[in-house]
Amino acid sequence: MHLMACHECDFLQKIPPVPEGSAALCARCGSLLLRNKPKSFQRPLALLMAGAILFVMFNAFPFLTFKKGGLVHETYVATGIRDLADQGMPHLAALVAFNLLIAPGLHLLAFLYVLVPVSLNRRAPGMFRVFRYLRLLQPWHMVEIFMLGVLVSMVKLAKMAQIIPGVAVYSLTAFIFVMAAASAAIDPHEVWERWEAPR
Amino acid sequence: MKPTAPTARAAGLVACSVCHLLCPGKPAARPDGAHRCPRCGARLHSRKPDSIARTWALVIAACIFYIPANVLPMTTVTSLGAVQSDTIMSGVIYFVQSGSWPIALVIFIASVFVPLLKLAILGYLLISVQRQSRKRQKDRTRLYLVTEAVGRWSMLDVFVVTILVALVNLGALATIQAGPAALHFAAVVVITMFAAMSFDPRLIWDAWQAKETSDE
Ligand SMILES: [Zn+2]
Ligand SMILES: [Zn+2]
Repeated sequence: MHLMACHECDFLQKIPPVPEGSAALCARCGSLLLRNKPKSFQRPLALLMAGAILFVMFNAFPFLTFKKGGLVHETYVATGIRDLADQGMPHLAALVAFNLLIAPGLHLLAFLYVLVPVSLNRRAPGMFRVFRYLRLLQPWHMVEIFMLGVLVSMVKLAKMAQIIPGVAVYSLTAFIFVMAAASAAIDPHEVWERWEAPR
Repeated sequence: MKPTAPTARAAGLVACSVCHLLCPGKPAARPDGAHRCPRCGARLHSRKPDSIARTWALVIAACIFYIPANVLPMTTVTSLGAVQSDTIMSGVIYFVQSGSWPIALVIFIASVFVPLLKLAILGYLLISVQRQSRKRQKDRTRLYLVTEAVGRWSMLDVFVVTILVALVNLGALATIQAGPAALHFAAVVVITMFAAMSFDPRLIWDAWQAKETSDE
């Protein structure tokens, strides 16, 4: 049994050990208290490595190509950000860059920075702070919303020209699934507890 | 009379908002919140500081930005000298007229419906907390969690503009420029996200405590 307060309603309750794969819900408001995920850092680490490769790929390869007759205009993920800045909207360009490149990139790096040493039963300096910032970054990481935007844009321009998805579109799609799977495989409580242990 | 519900606060404890460690609440916690979690170093707050005032301020700011976001042009298309501006709504109408119903619906929900609903829900939650309502606390908590999770999807239209601007950049033939509404709209989304983060759902349940202690 351990004592825990609900994050959403502050209700203090004793939680019996939660079997692996199950979750504990708050007795008062029904919110998720904790989920006991399989205890392994192998899976999330492998997924994060794949995520890092895909991140590089969706930045390096062509994204969408506009084709109409003999006219071909190739774009990269960063093209729109640069064009927004050129059009006198540096704030908007910075926000999109943050949501699309900086937050996901930092997210990936921070996860690796914390998990690689923890899986070896070591602690990286300042990792508590990094893990804390990781949580703050999470809502600003909007790659999946951008992907829906790709779909909308392709429909919007369908009558005007042919829009050809490039390698970056597929890498971006894979990146979304890999990162979702990695987050689902990481048990934050396990990280906090392991980290306390070797002290 | 029911005994007061055992909350961390009533027990003199503070739960860390990051790592969930239960820490002793300082008897005289300083208002600057210099009290930190011994495990992860996050600042400890029994309740988010000035939650109601901050959330109200952000909700009102978002309402103000919402007007230019909808009135001003989101994109301006220049094609062979002809110039055409589109607002969020005219973009939705374009998709309806061209028969792309699902896309029209997606944009309408993400850009018009979700921001308005989010502001309305936050307003309702704030008022119900200020009136110390004890009704449907569980539903209100769920409403808050859904609102917090869904709000970010409103960025959709900003991303569509970014992609269009990049793709239709063909010099004299055709260009798409981002309009001033894009910036205002992005501001609405960012501000409402901060508004949802600054609201403390534990306040919904504090009314219970307040009523019971004042009944005695
Ligand atoms: Zn609860
Ligand atoms: Zn902590």
